[in-house]
Amino acid sequence: MEKNLKLIRKDSLEKLYNHLSGQYKIYAPVRTSAQKVEYRYNPDFAEVTFDHVRSTLSVKNLVFPKVENLLFYSNTKAETTFAGIDTNKFQDVVLWGAHPCDTAAFNTLKSIFCWDINDGLFSKRLEKLVVIGLGCKTCDEFCFCTSVGLAPDSLKGSDILLSSVKNDNYRAEIVTEKGNKIAASCPELFEKYSGEEVIVAEVKQKFSHDLVTKKLASAFDHPFWVENSLRCLGCGACAYVCPTCACFDIQDETKGKNGRRYRSWDSCGFGLFTIHTSGHNPRSVQSQRWRQRIMHKFSYMPERNKSLGCVGCGRCSSGCPVDMNISEQLEVLQRI
Amino acid sequence: MNNLVERARELLENKTISVIVGYEAGPTGIARPVFITDPSKADILICDERCVQNLAVYLTKPEVRKLGKTGIVATLPVMRSIMMLISEQQITADDVVVLGISSDRKLLDIPDITVMQGFIEKSDLGNPQKDKELLAELNKLSPDEKFAWWQKELSNCIKCYACRQSCPMCYCTRCAVEVNQPQWIPVQSNTHGNMEWHILRAMHLAGRCISCGECGRACPVGIPCHLLTMHLTDQTHRYFNVHAGTSDKMKSVLSVYEPGDKENFII
Amino acid sequence: MEENIYRPYQMEIENIIEETPDVRTFRLKFKDPVEAEKFAFKAGQFGEYSVAGEGESTFCVASSPTRKGYIECTFRKAGRVTNALSNLEVGDTVGFRGPYGNTFPVEGWENKNLLYIAGGIALPPMRCVIWNTIDLRKKYKDITIIYGARTVADLVYKHELKEWGERPDVKLITTVDPGGQTPDWKGEIGFVPTVLERIAPSSENTVAILCGPPVMIKFTMPVLKKLGFSDKNIYTTLENRMKCGFGKCGRCNVGKIFVCKDGPVFTYEQLLTLPAEY
Repeated sequence: MEKNLKLIRKDSLEKLYNHLSGQYKIYAPVRTSAQKVEYRYNPDFAEVTFDHVRSTLSVKNLVFPKVENLLFYSNTKAETTFAGIDTNKFQDVVLWGAHPCDTAAFNTLKSIFCWDINDGLFSKRLEKLVVIGLGCKTCDEFCFCTSVGLAPDSLKGSDILLSSVKNDNYRAEIVTEKGNKIAASCPELFEKYSGEEVIVAEVKQKFSHDLVTKKLASAFDHPFWVENSLRCLGCGACAYVCPTCACFDIQDETKGKNGRRYRSWDSCGFGLFTIHTSGHNPRSVQSQRWRQRIMHKFSYMPERNKSLGCVGCGRCSSGCPVDMNISEQLEVLQRI
Repeated sequence: MNNLVERARELLENKTISVIVGYEAGPTGIARPVFITDPSKADILICDERCVQNLAVYLTKPEVRKLGKTGIVATLPVMRSIMMLISEQQITADDVVVLGISSDRKLLDIPDITVMQGFIEKSDLGNPQKDKELLAELNKLSPDEKFAWWQKELSNCIKCYACRQSCPMCYCTRCAVEVNQPQWIPVQSNTHGNMEWHILRAMHLAGRCISCGECGRACPVGIPCHLLTMHLTDQTHRYFNVHAGTSDKMKSVLSVYEPGDKENFII
Repeated sequence: MEENIYRPYQMEIENIIEETPDVRTFRLKFKDPVEAEKFAFKAGQFGEYSVAGEGESTFCVASSPTRKGYIECTFRKAGRVTNALSNLEVGDTVGFRGPYGNTFPVEGWENKNLLYIAGGIALPPMRCVIWNTIDLRKKYKDITIIYGARTVADLVYKHELKEWGERPDVKLITTVDPGGQTPDWKGEIGFVPTVLERIAPSSENTVAILCGPPVMIKFTMPVLKKLGFSDKNIYTTLENRMKCGFGKCGRCNVGKIFVCKDGPVFTYEQLLTLPAEY
């Protein structure tokens, strides 16, 4: 199919941003310190940065919030009622400037939340989301998107993908109907593209995910897991910063007679994740939990959901207090 | 660091210990904990300014304990943590061999706990300089301003518990927040609940924290939660004249009463 | 508004039976008659039962799908939600989400002998299928039930045990652990695997359904193998900590399956392909 390519000039980018933030909630990257870039709602264009390799947290919050109401309840002696969530109240959001790893993650999350039965809360949020992707000009030692079937200029998950060209201009590739609608609402900002060269980072491939999946099929009892997980602290940092991790907890919280049942992020790395009320814990040792993380992402999900549970963004590795570097471990794994 | 490598190799070869917990350099140059059981691999041990994780956190992990007697590469904070763990009867002096590291990264001769205590007592036991400065800045704010400052910081907390998991003194097999009858602190992340969590943890560490700063360093979203625990370290020293981790018979500051205790700040 | 998959049905407690001091059986009926009419389930499936403000807990549906108009569940007071449930009274509301999970393939068992083996609080997951097959008695050949508990007081469904025992077309053997008997106990005395070995039912054209605490399963499986049961003809149920019940929250992921989706009913053959993370 023919590509729909346009040119957005540097000053048109600001106009596009202001045009969109006038109509929608916009979620854009802002530098909050020398080391950190975070996505925020509705910053001024002047605060927005495109110079980050990765933000601290992923943007999965838009479709899988760290805390999300599932229902409300009212509990008196006479009766208990449960009321659902009106998803029509979810607002339209434009995600401005997400790298291809983060945009591809929406597809991965979809393969979990829309698998078998459809999670209406997730689906509605995704439906209301427009993704303006940002191709990568640079990468760092933690990136490994090319090892998991992606690329710094991948279109997966983007409605429009912006790629840097010279003079601080951008090539815009309009990928989906949603992207088309955006472009059609301000056509003067989307000019003719004359083939200007796109600047794309070179991300060296570190391992082959096909080979890793194949090896994992028979690696369950390999001593690799114990040897390589001794330093893992069992916190939830990797799962929480990860754009594709979607394990969650369900809890009730009451105030007086009313309350809500919510879901919140959880991690299979926590020691008590699988504990039974009886006290029996099927994964009582950290090596079992580390193995679960890798197997789930690279073996069980490909088999079951037909999608890899990792987009190679590198947040888990750069965020880990003890350098449990996932791409390093997988490079070792594919050699066993 | 040849001395460290030689000593580690020697201890493993003559089977004084079964495993060395130390630091190695990962492929990206980051120093990280390493566990060595094979004497021929001892040469991967490093000990430079990159080596900051508090390795004592591994002394209470069942997976490490079952490997046997442990040799541990110990800078001052790690030594103090070991003292605290012995005081609180989580490990015994016989469980560990300490490969002490001085502040200028030289191997120390630490044959036993008494020698380690002597070394600790001669060392600077205050909070690290840069954190002292940050605390001084914070303490210039009014209580309202300070509260607002912490509210803003802790609104970013995602409740990943990296702070707790990296702390050697947080060894409870079921943390107070993992109890649900009752659920003392909300499971979810919200500003108010996050503040409750961090204040709870700081209080549980008062008199026990040795100011390694790991909690703040481990935080993936960069919250300086170590400032809370270090502040309480200052306070317990000021009011009770106690520095944690200076003996293997530390008494629990907040739960032991001595007739001579100062009371002028309470009554 | 899209259907909210997390929203429970509102059920009213119609009846409470105190099976043992810490085990209760609830009979629940749908508050909404339209929902009651639409609802259907099969033996083996489970649900998430909730008390608003306390949380949800996973139990099987312990009543048979052949009996319409209500569902039953049996649980032991063990944690926060089960404690809250045991404080409820007839007329109170319980939330129910379900039915989830796979089912006992009773259609495939027609014209076979059925051997039910259960221990302690593991009789409830089997009660649904026991009644299901007894209600359709003519479709099955011999039905044998071996049920044991630590003590007489720990036996659940005592009134139904009596009913099953009195039927001429069901062979019921109840047992208690040595030392667990009362002076007037007329059943067997011995651990379930020992009693099974003693009774030595034939494995010819027979399906074995086995539910019990891990230690009982561990010692009963070898006996069944010795009696000649093939791995495909031994059924059991797995229990894992669950939250969502439909394969999204990740908690019950064991190997490539989710216990809530591909289970809780498994054949021993399937169980052998799973890592021992249950």
